[in-house]
Amino acid sequence: MTNAHRLSHLDQLESEAIYILREVAAQFERPALLFSGGKDSICLVHLALKAFRPGKFPFPLVHIDTGHNFDEALKFRDDLAEKIGEKLIVRYVQDSIDQGKAVEEKGKFPSRNAIQAVTLLDTIAEFKFDACIGGARRDEEKARAKERIFSVRDEFGSWDPKLQRPELWNIYNGKIHVGENVRVFPISNWTELDVWEYIRKEKIELPSLYFSHQREIVWREELVFPVSKFISLDNTDKVETRTVRFRTVGDMTCTAAVESEANSVDDIIREIQVSRTTERGSRLDDKRSEAAMEERKKGGYF
Amino acid sequence: MDILRFITAGSVDDGKSTLIGRLLYDSKSIFQDQMEAIERAGQVNGQINLALLTDGLKAEREQGITIDIAYKYFSTPKRKFIIADAPGHVQYTRNMVTGASNSDLAIILIDARKGVIEQTYRHSYIVSLLRLPYVVVCVNKMDLVDFSEEVFLNIKKQYLEFAKDLDLKSIHFLPISALNGDNVVDSSTSMPWWKGKSLLHFLEEIEIHTEEESPAPRFPVQNVIRPQTTEYHDYRGYAGQIRSGHFTVGDPITVLPSGLTSKIKAIDTYDGPLTTAYSPMSVTIRLEDEIDVSRGDMLVVTGKEPFISQDLEAHICWMDQKVLTPGSKYLLRQTTNAVKVSIRSLEYKVETSTHEKKEQASLGLNEIGKITIRTAKPVAYDPYSKIRGTGSFILVDEGTNQTVAAGMLL
Repeated sequence: MTNAHRLSHLDQLESEAIYILREVAAQFERPALLFSGGKDSICLVHLALKAFRPGKFPFPLVHIDTGHNFDEALKFRDDLAEKIGEKLIVRYVQDSIDQGKAVEEKGKFPSRNAIQAVTLLDTIAEFKFDACIGGARRDEEKARAKERIFSVRDEFGSWDPKLQRPELWNIYNGKIHVGENVRVFPISNWTELDVWEYIRKEKIELPSLYFSHQREIVWREELVFPVSKFISLDNTDKVETRTVRFRTVGDMTCTAAVESEANSVDDIIREIQVSRTTERGSRLDDKRSEAAMEERKKGGYF
Repeated sequence: MDILRFITAGSVDDGKSTLIGRLLYDSKSIFQDQMEAIERAGQVNGQINLALLTDGLKAEREQGITIDIAYKYFSTPKRKFIIADAPGHVQYTRNMVTGASNSDLAIILIDARKGVIEQTYRHSYIVSLLRLPYVVVCVNKMDLVDFSEEVFLNIKKQYLEFAKDLDLKSIHFLPISALNGDNVVDSSTSMPWWKGKSLLHFLEEIEIHTEEESPAPRFPVQNVIRPQTTEYHDYRGYAGQIRSGHFTVGDPITVLPSGLTSKIKAIDTYDGPLTTAYSPMSVTIRLEDEIDVSRGDMLVVTGKEPFISQDLEAHICWMDQKVLTPGSKYLLRQTTNAVKVSIRSLEYKVETSTHEKKEQASLGLNEIGKITIRTAKPVAYDPYSKIRGTGSFILVDEGTNQTVAAGMLL
């Protein structure tokens, strides 16, 4: 055989991700796929179709809804789950707040990012999930770059970066004690550009948020923020209408838009290729400190 | 476009993180907000500290050392690169092995002022043991030895002398300065005597050999797909990733370890059926006969069988605080198979800096040795030197669930 059969980088990444998903199915009793309606978890769902069809998924889709999500992402989430006929479980951060388990941040930029971990851990306990598949990528953030594909978390959901298991070849060790769980990242080795090129190649549908549209915004710390009922405006805030799109979709309180005319996947790929900022550069939650992500992960965050 | 996965190895302060920072920076793979973040974090001797791009943990930034592997990604129009930035400290050798196990190539850094040192030996030995096809020895900090060709040639000679006993197929040498960027992405003007390529140019051009070219088709079964729906009532597919070679509809198949035989009826994917599938594709194979096949079994083309045995010999790198002693029992994971094993003997420990083989009673953290194993059930395997994907294994301690060893079958 010759080099003619060498797989392209996207085919290699896809095959690796399918292999990882199938390992989760085989090694765990009660896995879950964390699905937010964002592009990375949409790709995970697509990869799960490739891994398990014509069979059913060996796990439900699970969304931890902060209550501050974009309507477009929620609708897309529900529609996709229905279209593929897979089970969707939604749990709400608001419920954790109402039960007094989580306390809402105060101030001008309150975020539910940190307390999302409380609801996630409760959901893991409720369903006894032993593995949670997520769409995190190592290129997103420097603490993520350190994480294994099978990342063992203790009963508090905590990640100890100094005690990670060696992860050799593609032999994954999913053995855990009762109460622990494993976070699994099948697209660890993908970059933002890989995800978009994959979306183009596979013709994967996405929420409209990712494409350029007109939206009311305010400027916050040099970032373009969507106006919503979840952010408090005062007289220093000037509301403008701009043509924007989102590079990453999280909470409306911490996800900034970028000014963009890109309204097709081709346009977006061209835009990313010349972009001088990272995707996470538009996430206010990561700018809080040098170790913001690492600290959140130690606290049980995804 | 294809993917080249490589690891950077070398001693502490040889400049591994700086080299990666330089590769990313000069290839314009660093984003403005990342640059701003490391600029905020402060400068070293008036220059931006590029090492901060890879040292992602708080403890690493505090101590200025790399504790665990950071994976970094960049691409040029020719290739996508995945870099495993591995720690240099002896105490983190297991993390270096982790990074090397998934790499096609190793960059070994040597400080031009210090020459070949013990860590160079240790890392080269590991790279040889894990059989990475390529080694690029980068003699770094050439700016601190007046870009001297003589210093470079002496180190090259010293390294080749040591490496002649190792199983390194292809060794290349490059004089660089990661701090200034000489010969990293752009060719150096300070070393007119150097006529070779820059490191990036070299990494872009090198041909990757993978196991898809192996003549031995290997398909470890991961899951059995049985939808049991009206539409797919009798569907029974074996899902898995092809480890080496290729499979074609109609191929005669032997299932191992049972030895049952059949033929490939179909190769399914979500995108439709295939006539032939190649390593490393993830597919679903259906057989013509209803025979017993489950996770951990391996499908191979009849006539091209691997070894099957309950008695295995292997090199291992021990990765746990608790030492390995003969008589201990572990769970062995090889391909998709998991089987209980008992360690029969520790033949010897290897002194990685001298290659000396020593007899000793146990194997400690980060030590490398040769063992013999008895397995509870027959295991189908190939020698690691023939097929990495079926010759590699890990040992799991069933008490702690920790991965305690990386093994390579002989």
